[in-house]
Amino acid sequence: MAAKTFPVEAGHIMMFARSVGDDNQVYYDADYAKTTEAKGIIAPPTFAQSSAQFDPNYGLRPKIGQPWFGSGKNPTGIVREPGGGGGGGGGGLHAEQHFEYHRHLKPGDVLTAETKPGKTWEKESKRAGKLVFSESVTEYRDQNGELVITARGVGVRTERPVDAKA
Amino acid sequence: MALSASKLKVGDTHSARLVEDLKRTQIVQYAGASGDYNPLHTDEVFTTKVAGYPSVFAHGMLTMGMTGKMLTDYVGDARLTKFGVRFTNQVWPGDTLDSTATVKAINGDLVELDVETTNQDGVVVVSGYAEARVDP
Repeated sequence: MAAKTFPVEAGHIMMFARSVGDDNQVYYDADYAKTTEAKGIIAPPTFAQSSAQFDPNYGLRPKIGQPWFGSGKNPTGIVREPGGGGGGGGGGLHAEQHFEYHRHLKPGDVLTAETKPGKTWEKESKRAGKLVFSESVTEYRDQNGELVITARGVGVRTERPVDAKA
Repeated sequence: MALSASKLKVGDTHSARLVEDLKRTQIVQYAGASGDYNPLHTDEVFTTKVAGYPSVFAHGMLTMGMTGKMLTDYVGDARLTKFGVRFTNQVWPGDTLDSTATVKAINGDLVELDVETTNQDGVVVVSGYAEARVDP
């Protein structure tokens, strides 16, 4: 599950920075950014996650002409097996995310991402029943083939919805 | 401004408020920017009636992203070399989050930080680490 190519664009960086409440001018003001150590606009540290926008098969984006599991006339557009993809009980949640920066992304970069599955493991939890963890490692390379970011994500599938901590 | 190794010591902290009374609209904004449209984050009907949660909740990556601002404001632009977290509790609309980086070690031109983000009840929502380049 990875983007074919991920063009890093200034407008996308600006919108992403806004969405995480980061008003640092280095993310949107090219003139200001030139005067900083970054020497130009760069992307905020978690920006690589938005490669999902460029993944044609990304499962958490409604696709034209296809059923979507969110609500419309009914609470869900798809009836799913219990425990599957957020519907009917538990579902998938994000457990961990790790980034290693070899350099910081800038507008004009065109990244390719290669994702490899990692370990899987299980754990019993009082708050959500059986937890199944699965890891994936994504390497983002730039237009010159240089490794720019290594990302490691861990997803968890829960047996039932997580109880809020009292 | 970048940090300077000679002025840092283990145990130094930097804290910042990330958000006060998190709004559902900010979660929607993050969904749009990141491309993660999981209805658990933006669709109250689905999340309460189908998934069985009391309300929509923030993407873990939104909390990590907000935590990243605390870090880059502290270490400076383009200085981070590593940033990783575990999502330990969910973040809900209405939450107020505070985040702290604590200097764990200084190794030459790199500083290692412990990172923790907590909600208004003191519950840890994100726990992790970062590493950044510092000046001598």
